[in-house]
Amino acid sequence: MEIIKGVPLTSYILLCSMLFSIGVLGVLYRRNALVIFMCIELMLNSVNLLLVAFSRYYSDSNAQVFVFFIMAVAAAEVSVGLAILMMIYRNTKTTDIDALNKLKF
Amino acid sequence: MITQYLFYFLTFTAIFCALLVVFSKNPIYSALYLIVTFFATAGHYFLLNAQFLGAVHVIVYAGAIMVLFIYVIMMLNLNKEVEPHKSNIIKIAATVCGGILGLVLIAALRETELGEITEYSNNGIGLIEKLGNVLFGAYMVPFEISTVLFLSAMVGAVFLSKKNIH
Amino acid sequence: MLSLENIINGIHTWLNNTFDPTLALTCEFVLLGITAIAIFAVLGLVLVLMERKVAAIMQIRKGPNRVGPFGMFQTVADTLKLIMKEGLTPDGADKVLFNLAPFIVMIAAMLLLAPIPFAKGVQMWDINIGVLFISAVSSISVIGILMAGWASNNKYSLLGAMRSGAQIVSYELSAGLSVITIVILTGSLQLSEIVNAQQNGWWIFKGHIPVLISFVTFIIAVTAETNRAPFDLAEAESELTAGFHTEYSGMKFALFFLAEYINIFIACAIGATLFLGGWMPFHIGNWEGFNAIMDYIPSSIWFVGKTFFLIFLMMWFRWTFPRLRVDQLLNLEWKYLLPISMLNLLVVTVMAIMGWYF
Repeated sequence: MEIIKGVPLTSYILLCSMLFSIGVLGVLYRRNALVIFMCIELMLNSVNLLLVAFSRYYSDSNAQVFVFFIMAVAAAEVSVGLAILMMIYRNTKTTDIDALNKLKF
Repeated sequence: MITQYLFYFLTFTAIFCALLVVFSKNPIYSALYLIVTFFATAGHYFLLNAQFLGAVHVIVYAGAIMVLFIYVIMMLNLNKEVEPHKSNIIKIAATVCGGILGLVLIAALRETELGEITEYSNNGIGLIEKLGNVLFGAYMVPFEISTVLFLSAMVGAVFLSKKNIH
Repeated sequence: MLSLENIINGIHTWLNNTFDPTLALTCEFVLLGITAIAIFAVLGLVLVLMERKVAAIMQIRKGPNRVGPFGMFQTVADTLKLIMKEGLTPDGADKVLFNLAPFIVMIAAMLLLAPIPFAKGVQMWDINIGVLFISAVSSISVIGILMAGWASNNKYSLLGAMRSGAQIVSYELSAGLSVITIVILTGSLQLSEIVNAQQNGWWIFKGHIPVLISFVTFIIAVTAETNRAPFDLAEAESELTAGFHTEYSGMKFALFFLAEYINIFIACAIGATLFLGGWMPFHIGNWEGFNAIMDYIPSSIWFVGKTFFLIFLMMWFRWTFPRLRVDQLLNLEWKYLLPISMLNLLVVTVMAIMGWYF
């Protein structure tokens, strides 16, 4: 159970920053709206992990409550976002985000 | 000692599968790799003794969110053939941008002053008794507002997926 | 008295006296693994035979009666046949996912065995969030089912998997809400504490009508979650040939089949633990003599008896009710069961605060 003694907090920070930048990379790299959505989930997830690590290393349970709220927001966001995606697919027959350029000036 | 090995194993799994989420051609493979990443994260939570959050994480992400994703992918029948392709220039630019962001983050955070980690004792931070007290004490109002958020999300999702609304 | 707890403690002390602690721990893990697999295999064999026998009794016929006495070795013969069959992988299938899916379903079912208290002091892992662990792990099997349906590259499989997914995800809600009523009454998520709280009476007796309502909701939801008739739309033979495992054959099909029966067992075991007192014997108030006689029956017998009673109940449903349509199924959950279980949760909360239970 004594993770604190074996692994420094810096390892967690490095892991989470790597996961976060992979999420950003995915948003830039892919054109499929669903995969972009997944990468956003990945970014939220890395922040969650970092909050939990901080809360464990500094013995503060407030951070874990924030993680709980982030999860709630993520669940709500996914349900609305996927509904929007379904509507987009119904109208344009594609999930390619480059097809959504009607508002482009 | 064993926790250290577990940490490195889970870290490797998480990062490897996160990369595969981005680079696999088929959206359903992306979703499945993302599930593996989430399980690795849940393992990290259990290592950090945040058992409640670990279980909730599995329920919310692996049980609900990813099932929704897989469901939508199946319903739209997305596969390798209909996957949109970006030009190589954009792909290279994206990789460079992501890499630079990661590099900057790691370089900046590597040498940060982290303050003193004083308490080494296992005082049950992530256990459900303590979390419950905090959640229903100091965070009572945000908790109740999150229920309103859920209600609005539910109404929004139902409204969006209805067909002809005039 | 010879009980499971004593045997297990005996093995534990013997191992620790003979070997050094690390080796003893390793031995215990290996033993646990073997036990889990053995429980798995034996349960599969017994439950399949029981299902066929119960079906036969319901329909006034004999059931399997050729292999062994009373057809007891029928399932063994069936298993041998399945093992020797060729495991086909369809041409257009996604090979990796197709072969991975049965194992995911199986592993999810196997992990669920861990926190269940089988008898007094016999529990593989007494995790302090037992109930949450169960609902977390049981949600994994949906992914396996969806994977199987998608990877088969078959319309029937895909439709079956989508139906099954929708069904499991929606019925998980009312199952979870009815489990939460017991958590509220006990004030703990740990399964051993939930069992201990029922020492002076099972929750179904102590908790008046609200707990009875949540028990009924739980049984309905669990029947739907394990894709049993009358909710077996996922594998409705007349519509979808066999649902998500249409394309599976041989041992891979057997794994799905086994996992289904193990899921039934686990669901019933959880129901027995939460509502019917787990391994707690049946006690009536101050009747000392009666209680002493009940205590004399070993706790494992109590647990197995209650679990098999619930399993029998589920098999009874199968041969009594006609199959529902998809829209009726989802209406039942979202329009009736969910509001009822939410209101019931409110009532139970008031009851727990006021202390209106025995």
